[in-house]
Amino acid sequence: MSSVVDFRDAVVVFNGFPALAEASIEVERGEIVLLQGPNGAGKTTLLRACAGLMPIVRGEASVLGVDLCVDRQSVRQRVGLLGHANGLFADLTISENVLFWAQMVGASEGEVASTLHRFGIDGRLAEQKVMHLSAGQKRRCALACLVVRRAELWLLDEPHAGLDAAARDEIDAIIREASSAGATVLIASHELERSRGLATRSVSVIAGRVVS
Amino acid sequence: MSAQHSLSRVARAVAAKDLRIELRSRVVINQVFPFAGLVMVMFAFALDNDDVLTRVAGGLVWLATLFSLIIIIQRSFAVDTADGALEAQRVAGLDPAGIFVGKALAVMVQLVTLEIMLFVAAVVLYRVQLNADGTVLLVTCVLSATAGLSFVGTLYGGLTAGSRGRETLLPLLMLPVVAPVLIGATRATESAFTSGGAAVSDGWPWVGVLVVFAAVFGLGGILSFGSLIEE
Repeated sequence: MSSVVDFRDAVVVFNGFPALAEASIEVERGEIVLLQGPNGAGKTTLLRACAGLMPIVRGEASVLGVDLCVDRQSVRQRVGLLGHANGLFADLTISENVLFWAQMVGASEGEVASTLHRFGIDGRLAEQKVMHLSAGQKRRCALACLVVRRAELWLLDEPHAGLDAAARDEIDAIIREASSAGATVLIASHELERSRGLATRSVSVIAGRVVS
Repeated sequence: MSAQHSLSRVARAVAAKDLRIELRSRVVINQVFPFAGLVMVMFAFALDNDDVLTRVAGGLVWLATLFSLIIIIQRSFAVDTADGALEAQRVAGLDPAGIFVGKALAVMVQLVTLEIMLFVAAVVLYRVQLNADGTVLLVTCVLSATAGLSFVGTLYGGLTAGSRGRETLLPLLMLPVVAPVLIGATRATESAFTSGGAAVSDGWPWVGVLVVFAAVFGLGGILSFGSLIEE
């Protein structure tokens, strides 16, 4: 079986600077991999490169069997990237936000309802505007959008940032559930204690290189 | 998979989402409509001459529309950029042409609603006359000019969405480009109102200009919007 993520000596240049310098990493389906390292080491760049957002200028890189050196567009529909922003529409309710993404892939209303239920954002909460939610509820809503989009590879950049302990536990449970359902997860985090407990493997990103 | 993110599916979802956000927030209804109405009233105070007002009514309506367009476009992209939703759509590989068409459709609906209010205000405040032939010309002019304005607005809204100083950059870039719409729509509207001795038939060539303008920018937007919102 081919790897979900397979980077070999990949180089990504950002603002004239090699943000990824001959980085190599291989991730198998269902793994939860923690990317750890100091600020500016290239963790976010690696996630964005996996999402097809940054061009690979040298080396080899494939995600979900798509060669990113040739095609960076088609992989995007199968990948979910959650960065510091949640990517939600503040004036819409939770259910409307999730339905928006469900429409894109033709997911049924039943699928949306079951996802909202699984994430604990159903019932009256689902009819709340996103602008009135707590940080943890917004994060759960954003992750629910990834689920209805049927993202096969989750790329999470500091998913615990700004959340209290209870909300962090909820996010961890969602990530574990997604992994057991077949999704592959890459997490860039400074929350090493928590993320190590969650991850099946951790690697370090240092000066644009991946160190096992 | 790409068929699932088809242009029409994305366009419908984006247009419905933008209109739903507007209905919820009522920014256009509560702020832009009163602003445009106020502009019409202020013009009436400033010119204070029925003959002059009747002659320039068409131009005033379209000027008020242009000013309002700037606010509508800024609002349309502000709701998408506030929490990274525009980037989320790009990252998810949604067809950028679908995003462009959807956002332009939502802007069109808001603009047409605004223009109906402005033309009613012109009839009441400026006492312009409108016969049956003029009404047909006016409706065609409104639809074609609105399409052109919405396409250009959405295109430049996407271009400036992620930039610093976008509030001032958008009008600086967009207004010179929509000058042909202002000229064409004003001439066609003057003909529809038969103001200044113009005949209704004089307005149809200007409508042709508006249709060509809308077609060029509609096609241009569909082809280039992806590159504009891409890093």
